[in-house]
Amino acid sequence: MSNTQHRDSKGRPIVAVTGLGIVTSLGQGKDANWEALTAGRSGIHAIERFPTKGLRTTIGGTVDFLFDRPFSAPELSEKLAMLAAEEAVAQSELGQPGNFPGELFMAVPPVEMEWPQKQELAASIDGDVDYDGLLREAATLKHKTKHEMFLFGTVADHVADAFGTKGSPISLSTACSSGATAIQMGVEAIRRGDTQAALCIGTDGSIHAEALIRFSLLSALSTQNDPPEAAAKPFSKNRDGFVMGEGAGALVLEDYDHALARGATILGIVAGCGERGDGFHRTRSSPDGKPAILAMQDALADAGLAPDDVDYINAHGTSTPENDKMEAMSCAAVFGERMARLPMSSNKSMIGHTLTAAGAVEAVISLLTIAHNRIPPTINYTTPDPAIALDVVPNVARDAMVRTVISNSFGFGGQNTSLVLTAEPARA
Amino acid sequence: MQRDVVITGIGIASSLGEGIETHAAALAGPIAPVVDATSFAPYPVHPLKPLELDRQIPKKSDQRQMEPWQRLGVYAAGLALDGAGIKDDVETKSLLQVIVAAGGGERDHAVDGAILTGLRGANAPGPFLNERLMGDLRPTLFLAQLSNLLAGNIGIVHGITGASRTFMGEEQAGVDAVRTAHARIASGQAEIMLVGGSYNAERRDMLLLLELGGYLRKGDFAPVFEREAAPGIITGSASAFLVLESADRAAARRAVIHARLGKVMAARSKRTPGTVESTLRKLIGELGTVSPGALAISAATGAAGITAEEAAALSALPQARRIATGDLLGHANEAAFPVSVALAAAALSAEQAQEAVVTGAGHWRGEGAAHLVKA
Repeated sequence: MSNTQHRDSKGRPIVAVTGLGIVTSLGQGKDANWEALTAGRSGIHAIERFPTKGLRTTIGGTVDFLFDRPFSAPELSEKLAMLAAEEAVAQSELGQPGNFPGELFMAVPPVEMEWPQKQELAASIDGDVDYDGLLREAATLKHKTKHEMFLFGTVADHVADAFGTKGSPISLSTACSSGATAIQMGVEAIRRGDTQAALCIGTDGSIHAEALIRFSLLSALSTQNDPPEAAAKPFSKNRDGFVMGEGAGALVLEDYDHALARGATILGIVAGCGERGDGFHRTRSSPDGKPAILAMQDALADAGLAPDDVDYINAHGTSTPENDKMEAMSCAAVFGERMARLPMSSNKSMIGHTLTAAGAVEAVISLLTIAHNRIPPTINYTTPDPAIALDVVPNVARDAMVRTVISNSFGFGGQNTSLVLTAEPARA
Repeated sequence: MQRDVVITGIGIASSLGEGIETHAAALAGPIAPVVDATSFAPYPVHPLKPLELDRQIPKKSDQRQMEPWQRLGVYAAGLALDGAGIKDDVETKSLLQVIVAAGGGERDHAVDGAILTGLRGANAPGPFLNERLMGDLRPTLFLAQLSNLLAGNIGIVHGITGASRTFMGEEQAGVDAVRTAHARIASGQAEIMLVGGSYNAERRDMLLLLELGGYLRKGDFAPVFEREAAPGIITGSASAFLVLESADRAAARRAVIHARLGKVMAARSKRTPGTVESTLRKLIGELGTVSPGALAISAATGAAGITAEEAAALSALPQARRIATGDLLGHANEAAFPVSVALAAAALSAEQAQEAVVTGAGHWRGEGAAHLVKA
């Protein structure tokens, strides 16, 4: 059977995508999201989860349809991940329920005990509250469930239990490129031959008051709260920050030959990954865009493709003044004069910045773009920024032959990750 | 294709001090661990021996933008880079991939306490919380708190422009960090990697998380495997980073090779009585033959039940001399396994043994083992 072994341009196993799942503020599942994304609908709305009185930013792409009780960020992040993974694993038809024959790579938001839980502990303290008092209350062991809830490893552990993934699950963070890194780690594990399948998930359900306020204090968020759906406007001249979003994306990755052998439907290929550190600044990107340029070039080289092979760029496109300028400039450096007509749109215009999940959510959308030969638009593009001349697929979805997508994720702490996603090789 | 992976840089700092020699000496001889039983009473901790930060983090502005766990980690990473002789090698640093096992940032304990006190009497708790957080949180605190910012700061301070990944998930993050770095080099996906973790034990918010589950030891220090009367973790501030490199690359540049990192294994057992022991026995078995005179360095936590199970699993290696990392410098959570591998490498580097096995079981989830041999 060795003559049926497919290898990529570097002689490595080819990594196929055989399952996709997604949840965002636009809804649950591929169908709901794709319909909304191609209709140019926004999932951004006024936040009702907690009081926003006194805050500069009062909007977000929160996912509000999953709980009818108060919940913590790790609880929502876990729920989002479970739903996205259920959809992806079901589509892949790989393994049996509770017995996924592959490893788990998860991008999860950093967690810590939140105010409601701390208030519960504080309720039984006499006098002023301090951490010694909280520790004495903890030592009563009346709050034991909070230990598990706020461990970093818990969300992945629960997902591993639910799906029966193999090995030691990875919980990772590379800030806003985390979701892409989870996919990259799955690709690497399959290429190494460690596993023939991987469940790669990015999830983030961490919009609570303190998280919003922290980003707000960094002046990273849009403050154009009214109307909420117009706030995220990547590449526009009047862009003023990102809008926080929630969601999860899940991908079943599989050795291409393994997928072919079991007759699976191949949804696409993760052809290449590139990542570069910045080392420039904790929140700002190198003004020369060098790490972003190198990440894209590395991803293309890893895929054995040239810039001319790319049909569409799924932008990081946060809608912050700095990112969008840097990304446009970096793309111009990689793609040259083609950038004027190479479509590049930002899903974040509709779903906000899903942070830890973004790289995975947008990889799922990129693969849907390939599947449908239809590009979701950048909405709210009414005031083009003359400094960055781009085809952002303004406001309206566009039909186009899309076989190869580059999906960008750039994050705080100097993280730059690009993925090259392509159509199934057999597709005509 | 499986290539040999060697350790060419060891950076370690703890309550004992810093560096290979200090820690090798602690491994060789009976030492009295440094324990502070009063500052966080009733919880003893192993406090970090103060570092001369300027030696590894020259800019005060960089030092100010970090929390203690990040400064400690950046410092230890610098020691590893120095030791490997690549601190000033711009080309290598552009290729160097980093994996960090990290927890989260430190709370501002005074702010939290004041807000919690105020919330109890607030008529409108939501707006009160918003107002206080807007006023009292330092904007830069958020950055110091992000898990991946230890990696980010290592990049910025030491000029590493290769990519970094941050693993989270308590002790097992440390196991998986070392395992993944090893696998990437062994398979040819990377040539050289910096891997490690950092933990600041001297913070009540982390003690709180562990004590919510009842995992901390109260009272005095006792050796890890002799805590049956009052089991629990005694945390210690510690960080270790290792430069891992393909044996060919290390040989080509005539690097000092401390040890060869043979295998690194990880598992996630369903925690029921006996599973930690059986899982560790299986992992140890898969490491291969272990010669007499080997070291067995255990990252055991001291937590009830699983610590005795780890001891039972290690009884499968009667030919090895058992040392608990916790007896020397405490339990460093995400950093516990990297620190234990660093101790093993230091012992081999100092010719104390020809071979070492490292084991660890996370206080809540995850088991790991590694095998090192004198190169």
